[in-house]
Amino acid sequence: MRAFEVDERLGAEAGAKAPASVPPREASQNPWAVAARKLRRDGAAMVSLIVFLVVVALCLSAPLYATYVSGTDPFATNLNGEAVINGQTTPVLEASTEGLGLGMTPIGPTWRIGPYVLGADNQGRDVAARLLYGGRNSLLIAGVATIITLAGATLLGVVAGSFGGLVDAALSRLLDILWAFPIYLLAISLSIVLISKGFDIGPISITSGSLALPIVIIGIVYVPYVARPIRGHVLSLMAQEFVTAAIGLGVPSWRILWVDILPNVATRVIVFIPLMLALNMMTESALSFLSIGVQSPDASWGTIIQDGQGLLYSRPWVALAPGMAIALCVLALNILGDGVRDALDPKSKLR
Amino acid sequence: MRCLKTALRSTLLAVTGLAVVGAMCGGTALADEGKRGGTLRILARAGAGTLDPHINYTAQYFQTEAFVYDGLVTFKKANGAEGNIVVADLAEAMPTISPDGKTYTFKLRKGIKFSTGKEVTVDDVVASFRRIFKVQGPTASSFYNGIVGADKCLAEAASCTLDGGVSVDAATNAITIKLTDPDSEFLQKLSLPHASILPADAPAKDAGNDPIPGTGPYTIESYDPNTRLRFVRNPNFKEWSKDAQPDGYVDAINYDFGLTEEAEITAIQNGQADWMFDPPPPDRLPELGSKYAKQVHLSLLAAMWYAPFNTNLAPFNDERVRKAVNYAIDRSALVKLFGGANLGAPSCQILPPGFPSYEPYCPYTVDPGAKWSKPDVEKAKALVKESGTVGQKVTIIVEDTTVARSIGVYLQGVLQQLGYDATVKPISQNIQFAYIQNTNNKVQMSVSQWYQDYPAASDFLNILFSCGSFHEGSDSSINITGFCNKDIDAKMKEALSLGTADPAKAASIWTAVDKLVTDSAPAAVMFTPKQVDFLSTRVKGFNFNLQIKWVMSESWVE
Repeated sequence: MRAFEVDERLGAEAGAKAPASVPPREASQNPWAVAARKLRRDGAAMVSLIVFLVVVALCLSAPLYATYVSGTDPFATNLNGEAVINGQTTPVLEASTEGLGLGMTPIGPTWRIGPYVLGADNQGRDVAARLLYGGRNSLLIAGVATIITLAGATLLGVVAGSFGGLVDAALSRLLDILWAFPIYLLAISLSIVLISKGFDIGPISITSGSLALPIVIIGIVYVPYVARPIRGHVLSLMAQEFVTAAIGLGVPSWRILWVDILPNVATRVIVFIPLMLALNMMTESALSFLSIGVQSPDASWGTIIQDGQGLLYSRPWVALAPGMAIALCVLALNILGDGVRDALDPKSKLR
Repeated sequence: MRCLKTALRSTLLAVTGLAVVGAMCGGTALADEGKRGGTLRILARAGAGTLDPHINYTAQYFQTEAFVYDGLVTFKKANGAEGNIVVADLAEAMPTISPDGKTYTFKLRKGIKFSTGKEVTVDDVVASFRRIFKVQGPTASSFYNGIVGADKCLAEAASCTLDGGVSVDAATNAITIKLTDPDSEFLQKLSLPHASILPADAPAKDAGNDPIPGTGPYTIESYDPNTRLRFVRNPNFKEWSKDAQPDGYVDAINYDFGLTEEAEITAIQNGQADWMFDPPPPDRLPELGSKYAKQVHLSLLAAMWYAPFNTNLAPFNDERVRKAVNYAIDRSALVKLFGGANLGAPSCQILPPGFPSYEPYCPYTVDPGAKWSKPDVEKAKALVKESGTVGQKVTIIVEDTTVARSIGVYLQGVLQQLGYDATVKPISQNIQFAYIQNTNNKVQMSVSQWYQDYPAASDFLNILFSCGSFHEGSDSSINITGFCNKDIDAKMKEALSLGTADPAKAASIWTAVDKLVTDSAPAAVMFTPKQVDFLSTRVKGFNFNLQIKWVMSESWVE
């Protein structure tokens, strides 16, 4: 009985590459180890992983940065504040003195370790400190939403694919209904309703400003996009000989699912992780940019871009910095995702 | 003779009450010389909806309707305080008003034609007044409900006749309007575009994108709300009163929609456009004020940015909490968010500077008196502690615009400083104003603005804070705060009733009401804004009228 179709394939592939005279090492026979080795050999994927981990580490250090480097509260307005830059005391928001004296300009990037390294936003808050705090929220939302998406999609995909019949038809139509809505339209609609009123049904109560709302919304809207290919994969697995053999031998259904199907589906789910992280990060940013994601005083990269929208001309770094952070993370996660796919599921056409 | 005296009193009320505005804005006369011809190219991010002058209630189209349509009377097309004076327009002269102040008699000018070539008749006048109710105009029930027969029209719009309210004599071209009660502001209400005289055959429904012919120097040639509104000369226009409806200089006006504010600024800088309706984005202001200072015009508005509290919901049903927020707000910081001290002035009271009955007053500052100096946070915290509301949740609803969001975030910080669990929710600019009015939405606090409809204290105090302006469960409950104080309401009614008979006493009552409402703190008035007009170098002859702002028809292009 073939319990690990994909894994065995990977093992066979690794074994084929090994010199015939040299007995394959024990590790090389473990398909997970083979996949890990392939991933380690993928330079682009490794660089991407390191970049992403550095970003995560920096974001996790946000409280330390705010306390010891910027020395300001990134969530409190500081319209009348002053900063000492190069030994000179400067107002955080400076009034124009030329001509008619119109407008206020926040302090620009100092490019030196200390307060306002990336300048201030229109509330006089340190952009660098907010960038790190915002990153924490963006990564948290994208991460937890990815777990929700993958857990939900795996459950639905496996149940639909393995049980077939009415169950499959019902679940597939449910996914079709969700799929029928453009993803952003669905996310925006759900956000507008839930952000304005909160979510309060029975014992489940989520306040309107809670991060749980964007997490759940983003987590749910992508379920059909992952559940569909998983269901298809499960259907193809169910037609495989090793499953037919297991059924013929009278192996209980739960055991077939647990031993034969889930391990084979797991590789595909793992391939989805970096891709969904990237996708969720962009969706979170879009919703927050539209004021229907993370709510003030919390920050995310999307909300900081929105803060910077009104300062694009005079202080472009307020919007550029979070934009670049999103681009960097998404790029890194996509390259990493390709690497993971090549390592775990080389025949997959999933992108 | 007595009627004439009454009419004069009404006019004097408008003039004397606005003397301060005149001093502030300068009472220069409009330009006399200019170059005819050319096309004015103006921009807005979006169109402003229906072209119907009886329905559209936006500052954007009020401005252009001023040179397309006329009423029996209008505000003088003049700078400064003069712009608040009501002058005869389609009427030959100011009306005679009966001694009881309830009957207004006008005489229609002869020889004035709509852009179609058809002469304006008294039948058009009576049909227009009926149409205000038939199309259920937004101010039909608030501005024109005092006309005899209006109650029936409001109940059954389709069969509106205004019997006994508006009558005409075709032989003498006389028009008589009867009111149920004297209304000292009736002529000002008649001066608004909502009382424009339209052809009798104008559709008795919202005209939408189809222009209705008017009598002004320009007519609408085409309108696509997504791309362009184009005005061309009205071939049948002959100037009858420079004060009421001066002829225009340019041959055509192209009002283009679709660019962002940033792109609009750039287009004007490059000479590709002449003016933008939208306020310049905050980050472009320093540049405009320095490199383009000669092309920028600043004008004080009769307006306020304010934060209405829901006086029927906790914690703002406690006057101490409302006062606490008023004390805690740093109004100079808010002015910074709006663009700096040259674009706004801190204010604590309801009536804007220079407005009729205005008397400087600010109780919410460290040294209470005429002017705001700085916040008194300690007093604010003491009031909140006394109220026992610390820790309660407060949500502030703001428009999803840069400035409104910034103000919302600032107020959130103030509330958190006072011990509340505050959140700020920006919602679309299109729906925020209606949303915060409806009590079903349980809005505790919001950020809003109010601009004068016409120069009278009641337009701020009575409209925004009277019991009659509060309608539970309605999107049209302009008393956003739900404030209803019977004593103050009685004083407002007294002032309204005295407006015609004893304008001086009425003015002093309004001054007192302003202070009483401010003391009750149903809202936190934040600052008085200024208008920024950025024009291209080829536009000459800028004139700013308090009612319609830049008088486009009085400018020319080189």
